[in-house]
Amino acid sequence: MLSGAEMVVRALQDEGVEYIFGYPGGAVLHIYDALFQQDKVNHILVRHEQAATHAADGYARSTGKPGVVLVTSGPGATNAITGIATAFMDSIPMVVLSGQVRSDWIGDDAFQETDMVGLSRPIVKHSFMVRDPRQIPEMIKKAFYIASTGRPGPVLVDIPKDHTAPHNTFPYEYPKKVKMRSYAPVTRGHSGQIRKAVDELLKAKRPVIYSGGGVVQGDASEALTAVARKLNFPVTNTLMGLGAFPGTDKQFLGMLGMHGTYEANMSMHNADVILAAGARLDDRVTNDAKKFCPGAKIIHIDIDPASISKNVAAHIPIVGPVKQVLEEMLTMLEESGEPDHKSVDRWWQEIEGWRKVHGMRFETNEQGPMKPQQVVQALYKATNGEAYVSSDVGQHQMFAAQYYLYDRPRQWINSGGLGTMGFGLPAAMGVQFAHPEAVVACVTGEGSIQMNIQELSTCLQYGLPIKIININNQALGMVRQWQDMQYGGRHSQSYMESLPDFVKLAESYGHVGMKVEKFEDLDGAMEEAFALKDRLVFMDIYVDPTEHVYPMHIADGSMRDMWLSKTERT
Amino acid sequence: MMRRIISILMENEPGALSRVVGLFSQRGYNIETLTVAPTEDETLSRLTMTTTGDDKKIEQITKHLNKLIEVVKLVDLTEGAHIEREIMLMKVKATGAQRAEVKRTVDIFRGQIVDVTSTVYTVQLTGTTDKLEAFINAIGETQVLEVVRSGVSGISRGEKVLSL
Ligand SMILES: Cc1ncc(C[n+]2csc(CCOP(=O)(O)OP(=O)(O)O)c2C)c(N)n1
Ligand SMILES: [Mg+2]
Repeated sequence: MLSGAEMVVRALQDEGVEYIFGYPGGAVLHIYDALFQQDKVNHILVRHEQAATHAADGYARSTGKPGVVLVTSGPGATNAITGIATAFMDSIPMVVLSGQVRSDWIGDDAFQETDMVGLSRPIVKHSFMVRDPRQIPEMIKKAFYIASTGRPGPVLVDIPKDHTAPHNTFPYEYPKKVKMRSYAPVTRGHSGQIRKAVDELLKAKRPVIYSGGGVVQGDASEALTAVARKLNFPVTNTLMGLGAFPGTDKQFLGMLGMHGTYEANMSMHNADVILAAGARLDDRVTNDAKKFCPGAKIIHIDIDPASISKNVAAHIPIVGPVKQVLEEMLTMLEESGEPDHKSVDRWWQEIEGWRKVHGMRFETNEQGPMKPQQVVQALYKATNGEAYVSSDVGQHQMFAAQYYLYDRPRQWINSGGLGTMGFGLPAAMGVQFAHPEAVVACVTGEGSIQMNIQELSTCLQYGLPIKIININNQALGMVRQWQDMQYGGRHSQSYMESLPDFVKLAESYGHVGMKVEKFEDLDGAMEEAFALKDRLVFMDIYVDPTEHVYPMHIADGSMRDMWLSKTERT
Repeated sequence: MMRRIISILMENEPGALSRVVGLFSQRGYNIETLTVAPTEDETLSRLTMTTTGDDKKIEQITKHLNKLIEVVKLVDLTEGAHIEREIMLMKVKATGAQRAEVKRTVDIFRGQIVDVTSTVYTVQLTGTTDKLEAFINAIGETQVLEVVRSGVSGISRGEKVLSL
């Protein structure tokens, strides 16, 4: 016989949960007491509930297992909202348990009451409210099932305090399986459609494989790589898809989209067949959707039918798990002869031409300040390209996407859909918990890092040796770039006055701080920082505040319309 | 732009309706009418809504509705032969010569007068949206005191059923 609180904890144990990220408060005290009396589920105490959600999210992104969060009612729950929305936009499996006021007080504006089910409704895959403690095991089982199957996403379980009371006990049994008549995610793509796609691919003369976050989340990286290699087709990844195809592979064109490479965007625009895998053709990729890839037949694989033909109509839609679909495609390809090698070779020559003219590059200035791109390159070197890299949001994020080459899926952890500043550090914590031996770096900016800087304290408590690479341009750089380009250089509220001394700040939290101002010190400082294997090092690296991210799509144009530098455009 | 009648079978659970309604506001879709009540199986509710949109929009709407965990099945009734009905209750001014005139109009539309005072008739009328609108026009807006309509309910014709 278990109380509701004990059932919550037992259910988490039975679900195999290692870590739960949370913050206590009145409505969840019974649950915290039950957590205290066991040691299978490790509770990680963050310093702000937003960080709990991002940490759980980082854990989920780097492992594929759902991240778990526990927050109290009212402010605890509302603080979690940004992190839930972040996970929702990027289809990350997450289970959020929120406390609620006692059930007989609901609706009375009780102390710390908020309608969390209502508040979170548009940003969760599903939500439950416990109406009877006996529902707890099944609801938690369903929450994990829904969060991690189909198109993954966050699921909320709201638990009124009285349903966890210690004196009310019930028999406990954790369901082995759940069956829901109203929820049956697709498990296979339609073979007829896959066949059609294969025929199209074999005929293609100017093909591109465009792969997104779905390939990472759907563990389809190997299948994608095999298909690409078999066909010798060029591959481009979205911001969310980086690592799904090896970044150092010669078939890789780099990222596409708003800040994609010249060759990736040009290839897309001129393609005759596009294989979109686990990508959702969103506005950061397509530029003006009406002008998107005018000559291309689009094959679109996605687990979510609503993602298909939402922004751009697909010629061959395939609804199904991207891994299974690609594997079936590979089998068919192996039986169906060869692609049009001659045309594809010619296509490669054209692409090489684009790469030669406008490949990724930036201007350096011996006398002037360091460039942010150089910092990412130095990080790549110091970590042999093997680190988990989490990032915040802004210019530094784009540089980290462009200049660090990710060879593994789940290696690159960033908030793509919501673009949440403050994501980087707590997400890195989640990654480090999941991979205690791995090197974890957080690429951030002086703006973003201050949105969850309090987590330095959590990092000390749990001894997380994250390396924070603060690309300090003394500005909200991305905002400033847009103001330079579209608002006549009027820098309305985009610079950061009165920055803290980050070195002292890191030290006061018990960590190592380093300040780097000159390019010639950069490599040495990186080496020194990464040699401190069991310490968190905060590297405050001063860079050119005027640098912009290029290429950049020209708004309302097509894929091929780009700024290539401050003065050059296509 | 076409008017569509979407009929949904969903779990009869608290919060399910708010998810459907929320989806429409969140994604900028428009609900014109909405009716909902439990079915013969009390674990299920049947919800009928009318909305307008081009094919692309309706496709998105039905895809998103299908994604809602509590939605078990749905059908766009306007895709096939179907029956639609709406019920309307209306209070009409009925004094002097108008009493007979209103009565005649009600008869023509095969409505019923379900309540009477010396100055007011309460009329009940069932039919398609078009028929109800035609009736309102026939009575004349100046005569109408109050109107309440149920919103559209619908069912497909023939053997096709929306059930588990
Ligand atoms: C929570 C949040 N607020 C505002 C924004 C809008 N925004 C996008 S990038 C950016 C500037 C980020 O500055 P910083 O972290 O210093 O990065 P930089 O661009 O300078 O590299 C802002 C304000 C956002 N993405 N997230
Ligand atoms: Mg900055």
